[in-house]
Amino acid sequence: MRIHEYQAKALFQEYGIAIPRGKVAPEAGEAGEIARSLGGRAIIKAQIHAGGRGKAGGIRLVSSPAEAEKAARELLGKRLATSQTKPEGLPVQTVLVEEAVERLRELYLCITVDEAGRCPAIIASAAGGVDIEEKARLSPRKVQRFPIDPATGLQPSEARRLADSLNLDQSLVEPAVTITTSLYRLFTGEDCLLVEINPLVVTTDGKLLALDARIVLDDNALFRHQYLAALQDLSQEEPREIQATQLGVRNYIKLEGNIGCMVNGAGLAMAVMDLIKMAGGSPANFLDIGTLNAPERVTNAFRVFTQDPEVKAVLVNIFGGMARVDIVARGIVEAYRQMEIHVPVVIRLAGTNVEEGKRILRESGIPYIEADDLAAAARQVVRAAGGAMGEKGNL
Amino acid sequence: MSILIDEKTRLLIHGMTGSEGRFHAQRCLEYGTRVVAGVTPGKGGSSLLGIPVFNTVPQAVAETGANTSLIFVPAPNAASAIIEAAGAGIPVIICITEGIPVKDMMAVHSYLKGKPPRLIGPNCPGAISPGKSKAGIMVGDIHRPGPVGVVSRSGTLTYEAVAQLTQCGIGQSTCVGIGGDPLPGSTFVDILRLFQQDKDTKAVVLIGEVGSTLEQEAAAFIQAEMSKPVIAFVAGITAPPGRRMGHAGAIVSGNSGKAQEKIAALESAGATIVRSPADIGNTTRRVLEKAGLVLSCDNQR
Repeated sequence: MRIHEYQAKALFQEYGIAIPRGKVAPEAGEAGEIARSLGGRAIIKAQIHAGGRGKAGGIRLVSSPAEAEKAARELLGKRLATSQTKPEGLPVQTVLVEEAVERLRELYLCITVDEAGRCPAIIASAAGGVDIEEKARLSPRKVQRFPIDPATGLQPSEARRLADSLNLDQSLVEPAVTITTSLYRLFTGEDCLLVEINPLVVTTDGKLLALDARIVLDDNALFRHQYLAALQDLSQEEPREIQATQLGVRNYIKLEGNIGCMVNGAGLAMAVMDLIKMAGGSPANFLDIGTLNAPERVTNAFRVFTQDPEVKAVLVNIFGGMARVDIVARGIVEAYRQMEIHVPVVIRLAGTNVEEGKRILRESGIPYIEADDLAAAARQVVRAAGGAMGEKGNL
Repeated sequence: MSILIDEKTRLLIHGMTGSEGRFHAQRCLEYGTRVVAGVTPGKGGSSLLGIPVFNTVPQAVAETGANTSLIFVPAPNAASAIIEAAGAGIPVIICITEGIPVKDMMAVHSYLKGKPPRLIGPNCPGAISPGKSKAGIMVGDIHRPGPVGVVSRSGTLTYEAVAQLTQCGIGQSTCVGIGGDPLPGSTFVDILRLFQQDKDTKAVVLIGEVGSTLEQEAAAFIQAEMSKPVIAFVAGITAPPGRRMGHAGAIVSGNSGKAQEKIAALESAGATIVRSPADIGNTTRRVLEKAGLVLSCDNQR
């Protein structure tokens, strides 16, 4: 789960990591007031769940409260598109107003999960700021990587070696050790997958300050951090995905195409999407319906499909294992009973209780196209989607 | 022969008295697996499906000689169940549980480092050596004993592949799901090494997906150390970057996570690439025929 910069900075503060003075504002007048309290000169930062804000005009330097209010008004209530968002961008509902910090240097500090080493790793660079990925690519030796054994945690000696690699003034080595240690405590204490400070700056008055903050939390660990779960901002998520989640349809990802897909298992769901593409079609979504034997979840997945005007045909591909095919079939029949389904539906069933599942579908009298195998199912649904688009148009 | 599990497997099911544990204990028994013990704290001394239930893993091992643990314990306590099994000296630990926090898994890996137990999973369907033993949640009756090893990050996609193999008259030595998590206990390389050493495995089907660099590591191993043919499929050529495709580990971040990069690496290592997931069975058959490998497919099970 991603959280906003201002939320991440609040966590930084809790763990003793210095951040610029400032406050978050939901409306422009308040942004002006905060700028006034900071002495007029300030930075206005749009709060969205994506990077690349600076280049997209989402971060503005202002020199008076009036300018702050104007900048905030231009950002708030609008959508901001960056190189890391979809073209339509993400809604800006708050801005962070902070003091403008004079700095001598920009560094980079981050803790992430090292998948190959199966442990936390600290990544540090003496050259931080924008385009860190590009800098890392051009001169990889400038980026240091320090794997940490979670059993012993970050040792002071390791933190000192890391601080040394940043070519800091001697007076800043101890503060750097403290920041790194605090960041590691935050990473483990709040079950983070990523904590990043970019840039970590050396100010003109010789201090280290976290100018930006990015945190990704582990969804699977939210059960032990109730207050973190409350930081979720649904406005930053895809509306159809929120709707699906509210209907109990998890693992649904909205895509650009027009074929609704319902598959059990994540790998098989991806493979089905690939097959549709190979057959010349385009999936409207990824959906792993899961292994739970709950017919209402199948019915609700149809509700998500029928409410999406892009969907011109539906492919159901279920290989029963834990999930029983007959229960899925009941969920489909129930969907036809509860809602108007005008798009063609191709169904391919296999595995546990397949005969019973097929019998339920045939005897129900619902209109559907039966497919025998994976490849045939993909071909049929692509053909059906083309026909449906030409003949029936929208739902 | 087979890898990881066989007729000598004595299975302990951790979390057997829960609804999933009980359901799959029954299925494993029906398949012919020797399920010797259940473990559920607080339920020690009772029995379920005729199998004794113990409070702790060490007790269960001492009393029953269990040598494989199959874990259904809910996510908040699953890592502890893995460590308990490893501490009790169980050599093969299979964790089905999905959704274990990453921090807990990093602790597990730190604990297991340099120790003998082999962990399969978490978030996986388990393993089956057809005709011998099933320690997992896969459908038993689509499998047949035979010469092809299967290793996969996915569950149902593996059923699809196995069903195709069986339909083409190709049996399996062992099928292993390494799971969809970002920090799996065993990697493709770990399982490929076991298949390479197993004299009855003649070829391996590898099923990968987007995210991580497990397939690239597999490619390096195939090139350097595999003499047996490998047939590979990688799911997710259409997966958008930055999104988790159901599995916690299936996220494209940077180029190495892309399906296309993985396919290229496996292909240049000499694996036979299957482009369509519908062609896994017939491609494997062609590779086996070309290599002059005899197909054995007894239809006992």
